[in-house]
Amino acid sequence: MQDGIMAGKRGLIMGLANDKSIAWGIAKALGAAGAEMAFSYQGDALKKRVDPLAEKLGSDIVLPCDVSDEESIDSLFQDLKTRWDTLDFVVHAIGFSDKNELRGRYVDTTRANFNMTMDISVYSFTAVMQRAEKMMTNGGAALTMTYYGAERIMPHYNVMGVAKAALESSVRYLAEDLGKDGIRVNAISAGPIKTLAASGIGDFRYIMKWNEYNSPLRRNVSIDDVGNSALYLLSDLGAGVTGETHHVDAGYHVVGMKAVDAPDMSKE
Amino acid sequence: MSDVADRVKKIVVEHLGVEEDKVVENASFIDDLGADSLDTVELVMAFEEEFGIEIPDDAAETIQTFGDAVKFIKDAQ
Repeated sequence: MQDGIMAGKRGLIMGLANDKSIAWGIAKALGAAGAEMAFSYQGDALKKRVDPLAEKLGSDIVLPCDVSDEESIDSLFQDLKTRWDTLDFVVHAIGFSDKNELRGRYVDTTRANFNMTMDISVYSFTAVMQRAEKMMTNGGAALTMTYYGAERIMPHYNVMGVAKAALESSVRYLAEDLGKDGIRVNAISAGPIKTLAASGIGDFRYIMKWNEYNSPLRRNVSIDDVGNSALYLLSDLGAGVTGETHHVDAGYHVVGMKAVDAPDMSKE
Repeated sequence: MSDVADRVKKIVVEHLGVEEDKVVENASFIDDLGADSLDTVELVMAFEEEFGIEIPDDAAETIQTFGDAVKFIKDAQ
């Protein structure tokens, strides 16, 4: 067994795509602290990316899961159960929307994409926790990923902002329901990070520059910044914290207007 | 071969794990070099990072071959 504050703890990481993923920053931090991890992926294109990353962290548990399918989530947890009796933590870093609706006007969102976005980006976390709860017999901790576009208007974030608002609310309700069993549920609201998922959001480079110029720390955050904060929330360091949306955004969420020293900028 | 082409080739070789001599002007990332749809997005992100440029989605869709990538990056610089 490894040393570290996560030694002896076992968890499931959902939503790893490549070494730019926020889930990778989190998995690295947890692995360095001694956690043992399993990884889920959707589809072969992602499996071939997740396999070598899991191996880097000493894990051979890489399991398929399509979170839009109840049976697929059931079989993920059945597979997991054959390897582990109990589960200590879950990281949910999954969201999806039609990228054609992550530009232009929110008001033009279609019913079909609204429902799909809510299903995959919000309900999947609840569906996963229904199963995870049963394996968290010694208590546990769960973490999902959100963005400030849930609280304030961000250009192009549109239906994903609405979904993240619902996700943050579900974090609070899950925290209440699962808290009696010693299971904590939190969210990290990360600043913009250039991931595979972010490549679907319009004008992302502009959004990143704006955050760099205007956040109190005058920089963007890295996947390692998010990983270290996740370590706090998922380990016993965060034992008294649940229902929280924790901002890891270089402080951007406290800013009221453009910084005086920030250069004027328009979209390139 | 220009500096841009060398740097693009290095990224393609490393990312797709292909032989350097396969990465020629007309080599299609998907048809000739074995890229999947996520690879094409990852390659575009890697080009953006390496050259400090932005490649919008509609432009990214036109970058199908090694030659397309080199030309786009040269024009964007």
